[in-house]
Amino acid sequence: MKAIVNVFLKPGVLDSQGKAVHHALGALKFGGVNDVRVGKQIVLDIDAIDEAAARAEITEMCESLLANTVIEDYTIELES
Amino acid sequence: MNVAIVQFPGTNCEYDTQYAFEKLGAKTELIWHKETVISDSTDLIVIAGGFSYGDYLRSGAIARFSPIMNAVESYAEKGGKVLGICNGFQVLTESRLLPGALKRNNNLHFISRHHHLKIAGNENVFLKKFEKGSVVNIPIAHHDGNYYIDPDGLNALYDNDQVLLHYCDAEGNISNPNGSVDAIAGVCNAAKNIFGLMPHPERAIESVLGSDDGIAMLEGFFAS
Repeated sequence: MKAIVNVFLKPGVLDSQGKAVHHALGALKFGGVNDVRVGKQIVLDIDAIDEAAARAEITEMCESLLANTVIEDYTIELES
Repeated sequence: MNVAIVQFPGTNCEYDTQYAFEKLGAKTELIWHKETVISDSTDLIVIAGGFSYGDYLRSGAIARFSPIMNAVESYAEKGGKVLGICNGFQVLTESRLLPGALKRNNNLHFISRHHHLKIAGNENVFLKKFEKGSVVNIPIAHHDGNYYIDPDGLNALYDNDQVLLHYCDAEGNISNPNGSVDAIAGVCNAAKNIFGLMPHPERAIESVLGSDDGIAMLEGFFAS
């Protein structure tokens, strides 16, 4: 099963990279961009019995390693 | 005084740290991260600076799962003293042995230069040789030194006197190079046996190289 984990800084934690990209887009005359967040995407190919099991296991991976929950939030998308 | 210096793949300040502590009269030992035991005769564990595991994923995130970290955790739980310098500080926050987290510098630059620091808390072994409010000059060299902690966590740090150092200018006015919350450069745990800081005291031990203010920090760990 393929799983996509997206990790972003929590709202309220300053995203310096997002801010710099936002600024650069403005410099390139792309108007109407209200906010930019830069995160990372981790793509996993895992063995799992079903989606619930996969989600449970990936949640554990995120909590322990893939994200630092002091500063980051994560989302999990599954593709069978 | 026996100092154990932890070495991960990518650590690069272990020999400077070893040199500094030996110059002060300590016996030192490098401990490879795959080791699982820390000798009972160890008086201090130092997690040295560098780029453990290439800073992949997040600085310190992978090193914290190295086998030696279980031994470091149980050593610290028993009250043993642990000092994390730069990447070592990142490893300690990732391990949750210290509160908060270190993120990318606000200006996105790797910052490598001498910086002044103001002593915030001196009721601990690490900074006991300094007056509160005094200013020292210690090099910093990091990309991810932007200390973050949420407001409740910050209050708890101040309530327990866990803030060690603030970045400042030569006169002691707050000057923040990397965006850290309250310009915090170093913290300790509530029990005051685990210390972490981004600046490099081991690089400030010879006045001919710009500063020897680091000596009194490292000497704090020596008995007496």
